[in-house]
Amino acid sequence: MSTWLRNNAGPATAVLAVTLICAAIALIFFWVPEDADQGFSQKIFYFHVPIAITAYACFGWGAFKAFMHLWKRPPEADLQSYVAIHLGVIFGALTLITGSIWAKASWGVWWTWSSNQLVLFLVLFLFYSAYFMLRFSVDAGPARSNVSAVYALFGVVLIPVSFLAIRLANDFIHPVVFTSAGPQMAGSMFFTFCVSLAALLALASALYRLELTSKRLDVTMKRLREALE
Amino acid sequence: MTYFHDVATLTRKDLLLELRARDTVPAMLLFVVSALVVFHFALPSESSRLAAYGLLWVALVFTALLGLVRAFSAERDQGLLDGLVLAPCDRSAIWLAKALSMLGFLVLAEIVALPAFAIFFHGIGWTTVAGVALANVGICTVGTLLAAMAAASRARELLLPLLFLPLAIPIVVGGVGAGVVENGGRYLGLLAVYDAIFAIICWASFEYVVTE
Amino acid sequence: MSSGEKYVAAAYLVVFAVVLVYLVIMSLKLQRLQRELAELAELARERREREHGPVSREAAEVG
Repeated sequence: MSTWLRNNAGPATAVLAVTLICAAIALIFFWVPEDADQGFSQKIFYFHVPIAITAYACFGWGAFKAFMHLWKRPPEADLQSYVAIHLGVIFGALTLITGSIWAKASWGVWWTWSSNQLVLFLVLFLFYSAYFMLRFSVDAGPARSNVSAVYALFGVVLIPVSFLAIRLANDFIHPVVFTSAGPQMAGSMFFTFCVSLAALLALASALYRLELTSKRLDVTMKRLREALE
Repeated sequence: MTYFHDVATLTRKDLLLELRARDTVPAMLLFVVSALVVFHFALPSESSRLAAYGLLWVALVFTALLGLVRAFSAERDQGLLDGLVLAPCDRSAIWLAKALSMLGFLVLAEIVALPAFAIFFHGIGWTTVAGVALANVGICTVGTLLAAMAAASRARELLLPLLFLPLAIPIVVGGVGAGVVENGGRYLGLLAVYDAIFAIICWASFEYVVTE
Repeated sequence: MSSGEKYVAAAYLVVFAVVLVYLVIMSLKLQRLQRELAELAELARERREREHGPVSREAAEVG
C-alpha cells in the first residue's frame, strides 16, 4: 500500500486536493451560517486566511529545504526550495489580492495599513520577489544554489522581526482603527475553516509536486540531450 | 586570537584603500547632503516636523546603499574574492572586516549628515543618535552580506537595493520610532534585537555565499 | 446580487483564475517537452542508424 502511495504521490495529492476543495466550498456556501456582524462578505475569510497560512507554510518549507541544502547537500534540495518559494509567492500574491477584496468589502478601501498581517505579507512578498531577481541574475551552478539558500533562510528570520517592527510602527503611524473578525468562532465556522485550510494545503502540495516533476523533467531532458549530441 | 588578527588586517586594508582612493566616502557625504536639500523642497510647508525625521532615515538608508554597492566592487573587478576565500582564515572574517570598514564609512557620512539635518530642519535628541548607532550595525552586517551576494551576480548594482530594502524596513521603523515616539526605548530594543539576530545569521552564512 | 456577494464571488474567482493560469502554463510546458522529446528521439534514432546500420521500421505498440 505504501509503495503504491509513494509511486503515485502526485495524482494522489491532486485527488485529495480536489476532494477537500469541493468539500470546503460546499461547506462554505451551503452549510456554515452567515456571520452576524459582517454578513455575507465574511465568507472570504474562509479562503483568505488559509491561503495566507499556506503561503507561510510554503516559505517555511522552502527555508527548510534551503537549510538542508547547505547542511547535508541532498541533490534535489535546491530545486525543492526554489519550487516551494515560487509557490509561496503565488499564494502570497493571492493573499494580498483576496485581502484587498475583503478590505474593500468590509471597510470600503482597497488597502489599509492598519492590518498587520497584510502589511507583513507585503514586506514578505517584496522580499521573496527579490529572491527571483537574485536567482535569475546568477548563472546556474553551486554558487546560485548557495546564495539562494542563504537568502531563503533570511526570509524566515525576517518574518518575526518584521512582524514585531510593524506592530511597533503602528504606534507612530497613527492607524485608522478597524475592528477585525474576532478569534471566537462558532464551532461550525471553525470546522469549515479547518476543512478549508486542509484543502488549500492539499492544493499547494499537489501544485508543488506538479511543478517539481516538470522541473525534474527539464533537467533530465537536458542531460539526455547532452548524452546524444 | 588569529581570527581577530585577520579581521583587523582586512579592515585596515579596506580603510587604507579608501584613504588612498578617496572615492566612496566623499560620494556618500555629498549624496547625503544633496538628499537633505532635495527633501527640503519635497516637503510641503504644512508638513509636520516629524515628516522630516522620516526623510532623514530614507537619506541614511540610501546613503548606506551607495557605499554598500561599492563594498565588493574592487574585489570583484580584479578577481580578488577567490584569493581572499582561499586564504587560510575563517571566511566570516572577510565579512566582519568588510562590515567594520563599511561601518567606518557610514559613521563618517553621518558625522556630516546629522549636524546638517539639525541645521536644515530641526534638532535631534539622543534617542535619534542612539537609534542611528544601532541601525548602523544592522545596515552594515546585513548590507555587507547582501553586497557579497550581489557581487556574484550579473545584475550587481541593480540587485543590491532590491535585496536590501525589504530587510531595511525594521531598521527604519526602529530608527524613526526612537526619534519620534515619547518613550523611544522600545524601538531601540527592536533595533538591538534586529542587530543581534541578523549579525549571527550573517556571520554563520557568509561562508556559504562565497564558497561552492 | 448584493455587493457583499459580489466581493465574495470576486475573491473566489481570483483564486480559481490563478489555478487555471497555472494549468495553461503547465500545458504549454508539456507541449514544449513533447516537441523536445520528439527531437531527442530522432537524434537517438540517427545515432543508432550510424552505429548499427539502417533499422527496419516495424510497427511499435503505443499505449
